[in-house]
Amino acid sequence: MTGPLLEVRDLCVEFPTRHGALRALDGVSFDIAPGEILGIVGESGAGKSLAGAAIVGLLEPPGRVCGGRILFDGQRIDDLPPAAMRRLRGKQIGAIFQDPLTALDPLYSIGHQLVETLRTHLPLDAAQARERAIELLRRAGLPAAEARLGQYPHEFSGGMRQRVVIALALAGEPRLIIADEPTTALDVAVQAQVIQLLRGLTQESGASVMLITHDMGVIAETCDRVAVMYAGRVVEVGPVEAVIHHPAHPYTAALMASVPTLADAGGRLAQIEGALPRPDEIPAGCAFHPRCPKASQRCGQERPELALVLRTRAACWWPMVEGPAA
Amino acid sequence: MTLPTPGAATSPRARWRRLVASDLWHDFTRSPLPMLAAAIALLCLGGALFAPWLAPHDPFDLARLDLADSHLPPAWLADGRATYVLGTDDQGRDILSALLYGARISLTVGLCSVGLSVLMGVTAGLLAGFLGGVVDALLMRLCDVMLSFPPILVALFIDGVGRLLFPQARDLLAFAVLILALTLTDWVRYARMVRAATLVERHKEYVQAARLVGVSTWRLLRRHVLPNVLGPVLVLATIQVGQAIVTEATLSFLGVGVPPTNPSLGTLIRVGNDFLYAGEWWITLFPGIALVLIAMSVNLLGDWLRDALNPRLR
Amino acid sequence: MLSYLLRRLAQAVLVMLVVGMGAFSLFQYAGDPVSNMLGQDASPAQRAQLHAELGLDRAAPIQFARFVGRALGGDFGLSLRQGREVSALLAERLPATLELSVVAATIATVLGIPLGVYAALRRRHWDAKLTMAVSLLGVSLPTFLIGIVLIEVFSVLLGWLPSFGRGATVQLGGWSTGLLSVDGWRHIVLPAATLAVYQLALAMRLVRAEMLEALRSDYVKFARARGLPDRVVHFGHALRNALMPVLTISGLQLGGLIAFSVITETVFAWPGMGSLFIQAVQFPDGPVLAAYLCLIALLFVAINLVVDLLYAVVDPRLRVRDAGVGVRR
Repeated sequence: MTGPLLEVRDLCVEFPTRHGALRALDGVSFDIAPGEILGIVGESGAGKSLAGAAIVGLLEPPGRVCGGRILFDGQRIDDLPPAAMRRLRGKQIGAIFQDPLTALDPLYSIGHQLVETLRTHLPLDAAQARERAIELLRRAGLPAAEARLGQYPHEFSGGMRQRVVIALALAGEPRLIIADEPTTALDVAVQAQVIQLLRGLTQESGASVMLITHDMGVIAETCDRVAVMYAGRVVEVGPVEAVIHHPAHPYTAALMASVPTLADAGGRLAQIEGALPRPDEIPAGCAFHPRCPKASQRCGQERPELALVLRTRAACWWPMVEGPAA
Repeated sequence: MTLPTPGAATSPRARWRRLVASDLWHDFTRSPLPMLAAAIALLCLGGALFAPWLAPHDPFDLARLDLADSHLPPAWLADGRATYVLGTDDQGRDILSALLYGARISLTVGLCSVGLSVLMGVTAGLLAGFLGGVVDALLMRLCDVMLSFPPILVALFIDGVGRLLFPQARDLLAFAVLILALTLTDWVRYARMVRAATLVERHKEYVQAARLVGVSTWRLLRRHVLPNVLGPVLVLATIQVGQAIVTEATLSFLGVGVPPTNPSLGTLIRVGNDFLYAGEWWITLFPGIALVLIAMSVNLLGDWLRDALNPRLR
Repeated sequence: MLSYLLRRLAQAVLVMLVVGMGAFSLFQYAGDPVSNMLGQDASPAQRAQLHAELGLDRAAPIQFARFVGRALGGDFGLSLRQGREVSALLAERLPATLELSVVAATIATVLGIPLGVYAALRRRHWDAKLTMAVSLLGVSLPTFLIGIVLIEVFSVLLGWLPSFGRGATVQLGGWSTGLLSVDGWRHIVLPAATLAVYQLALAMRLVRAEMLEALRSDYVKFARARGLPDRVVHFGHALRNALMPVLTISGLQLGGLIAFSVITETVFAWPGMGSLFIQAVQFPDGPVLAAYLCLIALLFVAINLVVDLLYAVVDPRLRVRDAGVGVRR
């Protein structure tokens, strides 16, 4: 049995400010198995994107990793020298970011950007790289791929651009893809297509995906497992079906309940009282306890670790063993 | 999330407290270079302001000038004398005193012209941004045209036109022409900046709501647009003071600036230039150093202020 | 593309007309246009004749039209100060200024861009910080002071280089050039260096700022995420994008050169259009000022047009906007 492709253990990311260091990620741990799609879900500001950036070594300064380990295929990658990290990127670990328009250099044709990426990772000459590029575009679902090579990013629509971005990220045939909110900037109709594409391509190549999003619908459709993040910590992780239908952590339950369904039509929208704490005001103990209906004194003093509860692992002193609250 | 309340806590004490607690002050007190620049700028300002009291001699009092004291090098050199610390020029004027008075003129012209520019520009920008239409279009065309020419050329032109129109201008009128030239060169920058900010604010919902309720335009502009815009305006003004001083010095050096009876640093440098070949370098060098100190410290401050107020560069 | 070009041309003509009106006012109302054309020592009969010819009793628009007509033919009257034709004076001095500007511009660009890139890439290094500090000096120091210091060091103290004039020039048809003789080069070095300092510092600071901005962009982040080598990321992507705004500024830089050549020419007694202009401001000489205004305006308008065209050529986003295969968002 092969071990997990990616292991993140107790990852901490901080931002030094004049008030002291702000912990944006505090003890984040999760695994991704080969070929699996792990969803990372949470509200904006929960630290999801930071986790992705930290893994590929593209944290924006002054942010820095201040603790924990990241292992890829059994090897530590969080302490690699820049040159080694660079070799890893694109070839072993690929990344897709949120806004496809700004992700592509406006001054170069997409053909050029594809070819340069291909030739960086694979020993191809110009003609071979061009052929590969056309192939990649076709697989990414772009019609008339050959004609498109000479076109520039601004000549594509949003959905098409994201397909190009996906093609670029897959060019080096990485084994892990970090997709940071890949559908957020797209129209709803296009979102489904892009997700389908991502899923299809990675299944073909056997690559794993770390899908970061705040859209529960996407998670439900696409992922095998999901990790729920809150205020820079992982509060629950488990198989998608279990987390959605039988959440153990009160926050997860509240999240699921707040997603409106057709069955709720006409009723009030469920809300979670309060708001996400600011990074410099994270409560002691469990970060969620001020907003939690089940909070006790222990919740305000001791921080819970992830522990197995039925089919998911949750960081809670009072996990919910039955189904979600009505 | 707390919403900012417009116009809250505007007492001077509260504002001072906010300033001291702000990131800006924190950065400032921890960066040696801007503090040094500010110190130098303040020193120069003080020296220039109090020139009549600080200067050891009065360089304009013709009665007290003694030709026997002319062409003296600085005090630390062989022929120097302690009473004339930085030496004298060909007429026996003390360089240090002339320098202080000259700095005074330079700073006065610089600050006046920038002050007027800001006034003119901010008003024009507010009007253009709020009224829109033809007024706005005209202003923008004017700005585009004026900004595509280098300030020195514009200043020179306006100065030339002024001289054509008032060929016999003396003293106050000559100063007015100079300050006007500098003002007219610069006001477009502020106008453009303020207009852009006004446009942004104008389309915000709270402004539209306020207008519906009947809040007067003037009040809106003053309480909401102005505070948002003053920060960048201040940064620009600081940088422009440096440039105005240099422009004035250049104009005076070229002989078309301040009238010769009230020499600024530029005039002094020009006069001293003639004595370079004679080996009397101090007549031109010290005013030169003074000019550079003032210009650089002001520029540094402005630069730092701009970087500090730009959230993206932190 | 064609419609864009036509629109810009129309704008240019409009600007020139406005400038022309300004020049006309200078010529006509600030001073005596008859003297402007005939000089100070014309006889009353000549003046009367010209007065009638100019139609000075006619309506202003007609006079303006005539002025424009004459101006287009290159006739700006006589210099009040020198009594010679303004156009002849300008033509005589053009080569000197042009050569000086071109040499200075070359120095500024060839040194400025690499230094700016270096300062951006090695941002926290001490030598990059030193370079930026020196550039601040370059931007703050008044040009005339730089000239004076250079003269003091290289002419007075060291005696290596001459401090005034153009030296030996060679006549190539209507163009007198100083670039074909060693003496000419010796004379151009100090003024060109003086002129270049400000432009160099400005270019350096601008390139650095744009590079830093580009290095923080999403496409650079994605390029890094794709594993592209640093060289490609920095020079292929960041630099190329950074140079776009630098291109516009280069156009304005040319303007700065012309402006500062006015000062430099005075300090170094360089016989170019700049020193002519200063003399015209000092005197004051209306016709020369009017002619200079028109010439400079023309130059700037032309430069702006060329830069805009260049932009359209270099930036694919501005090119032909027809249907193509993609749908525009």
